Amino acid sequence: MKFMMMMHAPRTGWQDAGIGTWPTADIRAHIGFMVRINQELTASGELVDAQGLALPQDARIVRAAAGSGEPVVTDGPFAEAKEFLAGFWIIDVESPARAHQIAARISAAPGKGGVPMNMPIELRQVMSRPPEDL
Amino acid sequence: MSDADLDRGDFDAAGAGDLGDTGPEPLLRTLAPQVLGAVIRRFGDFASAEDAVQEALLAAAMQWPERGVPEHPRAWLIQVASRRMTDHVRREIARRRRETVVFEQQRGDLAPAADRDAATAHDDTLILLFMCAHPALGEHAAIALTLRAVGGLTTAEIASAFLVPESTMAQRISRAKQAIRKSGVPFSLPGDAERAGRLTAVLHVLYLIFSEGYVSSAGAMLTRADLAAEAIRLTRALQHLLPHDPEVAGLLALMLLTDARREARTGEQGELIPLAEQDRSRWNHAAIEEGVALITATLARGAVGPYQLQAAIAALHDEAARAEDTDWPQILALYGLLERMTPNPMITLNRAIAAAMVDGPAAGLAMVDPLDTDTRLGGHYRLDAVRAHLHEMAGDLAAARGHYLAAAGKTASIPERNYLTTKAAMVAERLADR
Repeated sequence: MKFMMMMHAPRTGWQDAGIGTWPTADIRAHIGFMVRINQELTASGELVDAQGLALPQDARIVRAAAGSGEPVVTDGPFAEAKEFLAGFWIIDVESPARAHQIAARISAAPGKGGVPMNMPIELRQVMSRPPEDL
Repeated sequence: MSDADLDRGDFDAAGAGDLGDTGPEPLLRTLAPQVLGAVIRRFGDFASAEDAVQEALLAAAMQWPERGVPEHPRAWLIQVASRRMTDHVRREIARRRRETVVFEQQRGDLAPAADRDAATAHDDTLILLFMCAHPALGEHAAIALTLRAVGGLTTAEIASAFLVPESTMAQRISRAKQAIRKSGVPFSLPGDAERAGRLTAVLHVLYLIFSEGYVSSAGAMLTRADLAAEAIRLTRALQHLLPHDPEVAGLLALMLLTDARREARTGEQGELIPLAEQDRSRWNHAAIEEGVALITATLARGAVGPYQLQAAIAALHDEAARAEDTDWPQILALYGLLERMTPNPMITLNRAIAAAMVDGPAAGLAMVDPLDTDTRLGGHYRLDAVRAHLHEMAGDLAAARGHYLAAAGKTASIPERNYLTTKAAMVAERLADR
């Protein structure tokens, strides 16, 4: 079964409060951890895709204009959102329990001072095709 | 194996049928555009000829390792592809009840006419390069089609290199072929008037393939070596076809001199290592030697162009045994020439770094300031990254940190973001130690 794991980061001040304020060694440890996770998931045959997203300052919300269907572009995401999507993984695993295990490992990525960040990882099952005899 | 051997069609004087350790792949990739050219000449339909040649290449890749390489591998491929074409055309006729493709159907052996002479095979490769870089195609389409029609890569290989699903890449290639069919480009070399412009387009496509391999524009991998190697192979083939064109030689030299640093450019965790901090013993010195010889000989002939200037700059970096031995005044002068030839804010940014190395960081910062209002740069992260670097040189660590973080927030490359975030932290630590 396939799951999407979404990593959210606090919207406020990654430069002033987030990774931008960590010591060099901690940043390196964090990056190294993320590289290793992807290598491990590849080696275990469970990685489908992993992508990091650019920071939300250039994010835009697009809607079709009523009538013309022309794109109407506004800055986004919504200013009131407290977190933004920083990146995601798609994994193909044997069971939900295994997905929980992997998500928990990513959640515990080392942060400032090497302390586990325990950040929230949103886990969503990717919908599959209907069974053959539907 | 030399190209001359291939041109005669009997590729292996040392023992026909022996593929050595590499398998038939390199030979097939060299022959691919020549075979495609021959089949298009005969049947006049680029899109279906391309499919037929892919099938013939596949058949060869499966059969040759077992049965040995035929005595005339190119003729073999042309014959197999032509049979596929004939089948295809028959099916088309049956389906539509009318002839859709004008073709000359020969009884018996189809191959000999296509083996006419080396000059035709050379021209065919060149014509294909011109076709694939046709202005009717977008950059994405031109790249994909060049890799498939001239490079002989399979759709699956191209898809995997660009990290897109195979069905997406198949569709991209198919639409590119339709666009060529609709544009009615004849299968012939462009006339003299058009030729220079079309060659510029070909060089641009080859450069894009190389860049895509050298710095992946997306994702976590910093280099995708296969694409860079393929771009070098194709540019080398082009240089063989047009040995007197200085910009073709310049582009090949630029690729060799840039790719020579690939190994030293990334650390163990895929992190980016800047030029000044690279372990220069890990550079590919054979490639540097070849690139330097090529650009030196080319520059001596005159008619200098942008690729030659960039190659000359790369050569000056590569020839410095240590970062501090770099000939910055010469590099500054070359960026000045390049900027006058092709005004572009990215070149100005590079010139600012060279100016800072020669005349100090203030000179570089002064050069960067006017770029704030340059709409072509549109808040590109490189502006912040260069400014951060220059402020760091000047000892203004607080300003440097701010610009490193701003650049980190704007780049779309993960290794680059990691690098810039780490630089910000290092500068902050030095600031705290003061």
